[in-house]
Amino acid sequence: MTQTMTAARAPGHSGRRRNNGTLPVLVLFLPPALLIFTLFVILPMGEAAWYSLYDWSGYGLPEKFIGLKNFEVLFRNGAFHQALINNGLIMVVSIVIQIPLALWLATMVSHRIPGAVSFRLIFFMPYVLADVAAGLIWRFVYDGDYGLFAAIASFFNVASPYVLADKNLAIYAVLGVIVWKYFGFHMMLFIAGLQSIDKSYYEAAEMDGATRWQRFRNITLPLLAPTIRLSVFFSVIGSLQLFDMIMPLTGGGPSNSTQTMVTFLYSYGITRMKVGFGSAIGVVLFVICITLAFGYKRIFMRND
Amino acid sequence: MTDQTIIAGNPVATKPAVAKRPRRDVFSKHRLSFLTWLYLYASLFIVAAIVLLPLLTTAIGGFKTLGDLRVNPFGLPGEWIWSNYLDILVSARYWQMLGNSMIIACLTVVLTLAVAAMAAFTFAHVKFFGSGFLLNYFLIGLMFPVATAILPLFIRIRDLGLLDTYWGVVLPQVAFGLGMSIMLFRKFFQNVPHELFDAAQVDGCGYIGYFWHITLPLSRPILATVGIVAFVNSWNNYIMPLILLNTDSKYPWPLGIMVYQGEFSTDWQLVLAFITLTILPTIIVFFAAQKHIVAGLTAGAVKG
Repeated sequence: MTQTMTAARAPGHSGRRRNNGTLPVLVLFLPPALLIFTLFVILPMGEAAWYSLYDWSGYGLPEKFIGLKNFEVLFRNGAFHQALINNGLIMVVSIVIQIPLALWLATMVSHRIPGAVSFRLIFFMPYVLADVAAGLIWRFVYDGDYGLFAAIASFFNVASPYVLADKNLAIYAVLGVIVWKYFGFHMMLFIAGLQSIDKSYYEAAEMDGATRWQRFRNITLPLLAPTIRLSVFFSVIGSLQLFDMIMPLTGGGPSNSTQTMVTFLYSYGITRMKVGFGSAIGVVLFVICITLAFGYKRIFMRND
Repeated sequence: MTDQTIIAGNPVATKPAVAKRPRRDVFSKHRLSFLTWLYLYASLFIVAAIVLLPLLTTAIGGFKTLGDLRVNPFGLPGEWIWSNYLDILVSARYWQMLGNSMIIACLTVVLTLAVAAMAAFTFAHVKFFGSGFLLNYFLIGLMFPVATAILPLFIRIRDLGLLDTYWGVVLPQVAFGLGMSIMLFRKFFQNVPHELFDAAQVDGCGYIGYFWHITLPLSRPILATVGIVAFVNSWNNYIMPLILLNTDSKYPWPLGIMVYQGEFSTDWQLVLAFITLTILPTIIVFFAAQKHIVAGLTAGAVKG
């Protein structure tokens, strides 16, 4: 709050032209946002760093200082290793499978063909649904007794697989749902990107006899690069937050094989009310997010 | 519905009027060959089937008996069991959880619009010391997921006495949406012609009058965009109500659906009917307002 006050006075010295009425607008307009944001975003983040050094159940004040013990325990936890691996896997699948798929579909539906708009809407629809609903729907699809997989298995006369109960398969089942739910979002980004490409490039290339692939390789891809970089950025950040969808599908099981960092935080920190340990997980997640976000922006998106 | 509808509402997606003209010429000039046509539609229909099949089986599965579901998950029900759906539709819990979701989402939208628009206005129009710093302060919020600070957030809400109240969910939701909302608003406000402000000032209109009488009436598109983003995020939010609410009667639908699934876990036909009814509002609204929703949900992304 003091920041705003000092901030408000400054233009009196520097701004010559537009200084009348500056103070009231700053005093009225900024504090609500600052207050809410500080109270519910910034302070909790700082507190997470503080609590992470304590063994604390959340009642009274955190008094049992244990230094970096929480982090030590965390980094030795096998389930957390699995969560890190899974988060990495989700990122890789998002980038290697989901984005090419989205790009491929975007190039198809951006043709002026009948039904293109309907296809776009259908492909985008899963993105609008809540993760929880998508997870539950696919829990049914994967169900070994009632679901579509059971039906497919019985059609081919093989024993029906219990995909979500198999600790080697479950994570791939989850990855499938992730692609199903999110490719439409990336496709929409690419469609917007494709529309901003000047069509005269294609005309010129066609006159020079460029093949469809050459046009894609030498015009579409380079001109779409900023959109692709952005899309990868969203995949990376999004994959770190994955939680809602895992809960209805597997809840992180079987035997922790589908934990992500956030589901791990939920089952080991929140449900057991280990505020210190949970905060330590939050801090690690925060550091990873910030490092990846800034690192990525620095390296790949410098000019965008 | 033309090809352009989807992106039309999106201010960033490059002047549709300009992009439209040359594009039609290119693609109508050379007709697609039959093979290309076949490949295009075959691919699109396969992907559309993969997207729609789980949704349709869910909706139709809700009409079946459990036995029917087991032997015939794909096909139409042998006997249409309307009571699965009707029982849910006349139950208080269904309407109560949709009502809870609605209240929380509306409060979130109103508060987000008010607080973010005011803050963004000062960033866009008022020059003051530290404005760049403060803007970046808000933008940190875009970088990390809610989960990182969820435990301290829980303790803060508890200490404020807001645990298990609507406001206890609304305030953090608003706080975590502020970064994106302020960014979108600020960009829009900056594009309002500057002459308007000078003219208003000559007429003795201060910042606050200008905001109220000129900026807001001109900002309907961006208010809609930010409102939609806030609404959808709140409507689909799972992790915050999961941690900040603990009475069934206050649960929004993503929590309610999980509770329901827990109660009737083996009665898949009921669970499927319940899922269908809970995602139905989303799907109806999505198709009714698809232009705005697609534009809204990709707006932050396209801006980058």
